[in-house]
Amino acid sequence: MFHFLSSDYEAILLSLQVAFCATALSLPCGFAVAYLLTYRSFRGKIFLDMFLNLPLTLPPVVVGYFLLLLIGKNSWLGHFLYTWGIELIFTWKAAVIASAVVGFPLLVRSIRLGMEAIDEKMIQTSRTLGAKWYDAMVTVILPLSLKGIVAGSSLMFARSLGEFGATIIVAGNIPGVTQTIPLAIFDYASSPRGEATALSLCIVSVVLTLGILFFHELLIRQAGKKV
Amino acid sequence: MDLQISIKKALGSFHFQVDCLLNRERVGLFGESGSGKTTFVNLLAGLLMPDSGAIFLEGQCLYSGEKGIQVPPERRRIGVVFQHPHLFPHLTVKGNLLFGFKRCAPENRKVDFPALVEVLKLGDLLKRGIANLSGGEKQRVAIGRAVLSNPRLLLLDEPLSGLDDNLKFQVIPYLKAVSDQFSIPFIFISHSMMEMRLMTDWVLVMEQGALREQTTAEDLARRKIGHSRMGYLNLVKMKNPRRSGEWVFYSWGGGMLSLPLKEGAEEAIFEVSSKDILVMKRSPDSSGRGNILKSRVIGMFPAGNEIGLELDCAGEHLIAEVTKDTAAELEICRGAEIFAVIKPSALRPLI
Repeated sequence: MFHFLSSDYEAILLSLQVAFCATALSLPCGFAVAYLLTYRSFRGKIFLDMFLNLPLTLPPVVVGYFLLLLIGKNSWLGHFLYTWGIELIFTWKAAVIASAVVGFPLLVRSIRLGMEAIDEKMIQTSRTLGAKWYDAMVTVILPLSLKGIVAGSSLMFARSLGEFGATIIVAGNIPGVTQTIPLAIFDYASSPRGEATALSLCIVSVVLTLGILFFHELLIRQAGKKV
Repeated sequence: MDLQISIKKALGSFHFQVDCLLNRERVGLFGESGSGKTTFVNLLAGLLMPDSGAIFLEGQCLYSGEKGIQVPPERRRIGVVFQHPHLFPHLTVKGNLLFGFKRCAPENRKVDFPALVEVLKLGDLLKRGIANLSGGEKQRVAIGRAVLSNPRLLLLDEPLSGLDDNLKFQVIPYLKAVSDQFSIPFIFISHSMMEMRLMTDWVLVMEQGALREQTTAEDLARRKIGHSRMGYLNLVKMKNPRRSGEWVFYSWGGGMLSLPLKEGAEEAIFEVSSKDILVMKRSPDSSGRGNILKSRVIGMFPAGNEIGLELDCAGEHLIAEVTKDTAAELEICRGAEIFAVIKPSALRPLI
């Protein structure tokens, strides 16, 4: 049924790799940012919140373009990284960064929802029992916001699998190097005889997403049993 | 307990101000809702920062506005039991109990795990998840968890309010047992006069964020008679009943108190309101039966528009109340002999 080229298999694997890396890299930062936004009061909190949510509302191409300005060779940061031998633009790492930035607000929102559902008195109780703030964060807040973490990770993984706009700007569309499933579908859809393969890749996308949703439900149930 | 507290805190339009020195072991904090009891707990536990003043516990400064000291909750060694147990749902009963114990420095561990489990009778629950516990069991675990953190002071913030009457009086003996066994001073917060009398020796009365007075729970209860619908609730401890037909008879206060059979436990505490005690000059029943107690008036005190009577019934004490007219009509005075009549239905079992 499916007649994939080796570059198509590479696109599937690369999509999974990019989504996995983006989610894994974002998770600790997402947890920390969600903690800050939920439990700490500081000046500029509302602006941080708005800034973090920008990628949700901005067109992904705009996010990609900003990223290009930020980590491109002509930028200060890009130049600095280049002197250390780190090149990001038009590599799969740039696709990871693009996916991480675009999916980050979804991750933070879900974890925040999980944290906000925790009774504040429970956290206060842990403090009166001798837990320092970081102890309470690890031993009370982390396990009790597990559902939010699982939901956020699944959402972000799925969003990363589908990321197109920002990725094509910073990583390009190089088969076998930076081409993910959406980029490959875009290529096939624009070529005269690519319809069947484009459809096959679409089906692969649907199957992968269903798999994630199933896995997400499973984890949520497991987390629900423990909490 | 050696606690000096002199602090101010403004929360919107609510102003909290307390200045007192406490050196008793079983202290109550009494006041209506909104009087500042919970603010007191939060400020003392370090969960809220005062605006100014100072707090010293056993000579250690916990807060000083002047010196800029605010010791965080985890370093105060003040245990808190809230109205709801707030047990950690991801831990077992044992995990909950040991949460504070593990974080307590070994040199401060005076209460050990097996002793606490024994006192609170938690042995059968240790491996259970907290979802499978009853309300009373959850509160026992919360009390145990706070005690096992080996605090210098225990704050009991309305720990019985979330429980129905039946559970409440099941938990009280455990609270008293813990207090007696491990000698941890506590501040018991409640708006229930009955709980105050059962749990504390000394009471701070809060009103609109300020400390109005300090007194004993007994004195407070007597003075509140005139303002309370319920009157003064006498606690009558009785045991070893005799059963006859559909009634049980307890020997108490030099007489016999009868109750319907279903109320008759081997050993029980009953409450009877001062309003439900009828005072008579002569016994209405010459046989001396029928919940009639021959009493001597050993004290009289004003109770709103009425007069409170402290009665000695063969060594047992009761508080009754009569109108001023009745007192004059019956020529009631200190030392007078009268008869106190209690309806069987007025005796309500507590434990």
